[in-house]
Amino acid sequence: MAEEKTPNSRPIIDVRGVWKRFGSAEVLKGIDLQIKKSEVTCIIGPSGSGKSTLLRCIAFLEEYSEGEIYIEGELLGFSLENGGRRRVSDAEVDRVRRNVGFVFQQFNLWPHMSALENVAMPLKLSRGMPREEAARRARAMLEKVGLGHRTQAYPSQLSGGQQQRVGIARALAMEPHIMLFDEPTSALDPELVGEVLQVMRDLASEGMTMAVVTHEMGFAAQVADTVMFIDHGIIAASGSPNEVFRENQNSRLRQFLQNYFERNVFWQGSEGAAAP
Amino acid sequence: MFNTEIIVKSLPMLLQASVWTVVYSLTSVAIGFCIGTLMCAAGLSSSRLGRGVAAFYVSFFRGVPLLVQLLISYYCLPLIGLNVPSSVAAVGTLALCTGAYIAEILRGGFLGIPPGLIEAARMVGLSRAQILTRIEVPMAVRFTLPALVNETTMMVKASSLISVVGVLELTRLAQNIATSTFQPLEIYLAAGAIYFVINAVISSAGTLVEGRFKAETAR
Ligand SMILES: Nc1ncnc2c1ncn2[C@@H]1O[C@H](COP(=O)(O)OP(=O)(O)OP(=O)(O)O)[C@@H](O)[C@H]1O
Ligand SMILES: [Mg+2]
Repeated sequence: MAEEKTPNSRPIIDVRGVWKRFGSAEVLKGIDLQIKKSEVTCIIGPSGSGKSTLLRCIAFLEEYSEGEIYIEGELLGFSLENGGRRRVSDAEVDRVRRNVGFVFQQFNLWPHMSALENVAMPLKLSRGMPREEAARRARAMLEKVGLGHRTQAYPSQLSGGQQQRVGIARALAMEPHIMLFDEPTSALDPELVGEVLQVMRDLASEGMTMAVVTHEMGFAAQVADTVMFIDHGIIAASGSPNEVFRENQNSRLRQFLQNYFERNVFWQGSEGAAAP
Repeated sequence: MFNTEIIVKSLPMLLQASVWTVVYSLTSVAIGFCIGTLMCAAGLSSSRLGRGVAAFYVSFFRGVPLLVQLLISYYCLPLIGLNVPSSVAAVGTLALCTGAYIAEILRGGFLGIPPGLIEAARMVGLSRAQILTRIEVPMAVRFTLPALVNETTMMVKASSLISVVGVLELTRLAQNIATSTFQPLEIYLAAGAIYFVINAVISSAGTLVEGRFKAETAR
């Protein structure tokens, strides 16, 4: 009940001092971030800086080495006991992250199931929904991402953009409170990027809470409430798109954006300025 | 003189016995598939005990001749007080044996599954058991179908060995008829032809299923 009086007091995701090591390699070096309800956070940064690792830690697809991650107030993956922490059971992990949806760079649709089954099967198995209802819900989700006409197609019969939209529908069907996207358009042919970004824009405008690792600076500039720049495992800059893209003077960030603009500019106007 | 009449006369009996051959071999493949799946999963798990058990199981049942396994179970089970019919003991032994081979076949299939597909399943809340039965097994079967069909035909042939522990099936019946009629060549030729037909049907069924799987991945 206290929760209802102060609806925005508790962040959906609360990451506190998180470190991640692979052997001796330190990939995340003390990450602190919060994501509030209905916020869109875009995470940018050079290749190998730890963006995917951060997202995978928030989804507990990787165990973080140190620090704490809270999902809607509940500690993810561990229980704290007299100074130490203990890994909880898989079922407990599943319970705490039940409201977290994940969209993968490589789509990761199950190739032996049709688009409809990819969306409906989890509803039946992990939500215990009756077959008919699951199918109806799955169809509605596929329609939402513009694939109402392709429900019977197998993943291999769909374009990359369509596959990724099925991936989004599969995550959405579980009614997540937050959606994590790890470079959702990086595996797509350039002409297919737009359709996926459009679905994500629609989601954002409906108030879905989202964390998006992306190289699409245009999307970040238009849709994000917060942009975070990760470099060598730390958040080197963070703020509104305007603050991060225009005002922040972090030299690594400037260099990163400079490289991005140079790669993406193909026509130099008379002013000599490249637009994002 | 080659006696076709004796073949015609014994054919109904032979066909009846071949039903048992089919029942025994397919039952043992079905049970062996379940054992093989569990052993394969255990062998790939993070549990050291699981991996040890799986490794021992696979090396034992692949290293000892099936005929010897059958004789051991035939003489051993009564000694330890298990009085099961010899057909049950025989099917059990066949299942354990083929399970070891199936575990090895499936292993390749399991390893070929992109880890992202499992992560996607975890992110929508599927349990370990659900991931095994709904994602890993179906995919591993698709990757390894030709080898699994081959293993099934091997088991149809291997089921002829259970005749030595007194279980009535095609080979055993053929032996019985051969000794009573003194026409072994004709009878064994007929039995051989029946084995051939059974395996031809199994192979075609395999090809059919493979075609259906291909349709899923065809553009
Ligand atoms: N499972 C792993 N074992 C060892 N090292 C890993 C593992 N996963 C990631 N790393 C290392 O961690 C670092 C960060 O990887 P990460 O995938 O998070 O980068 P990224 O920012 O997502 O890069 P990209 O833009 O290329 O996707 C890299 O140096 C990578 O080699
Ligand atoms: Mg990445």
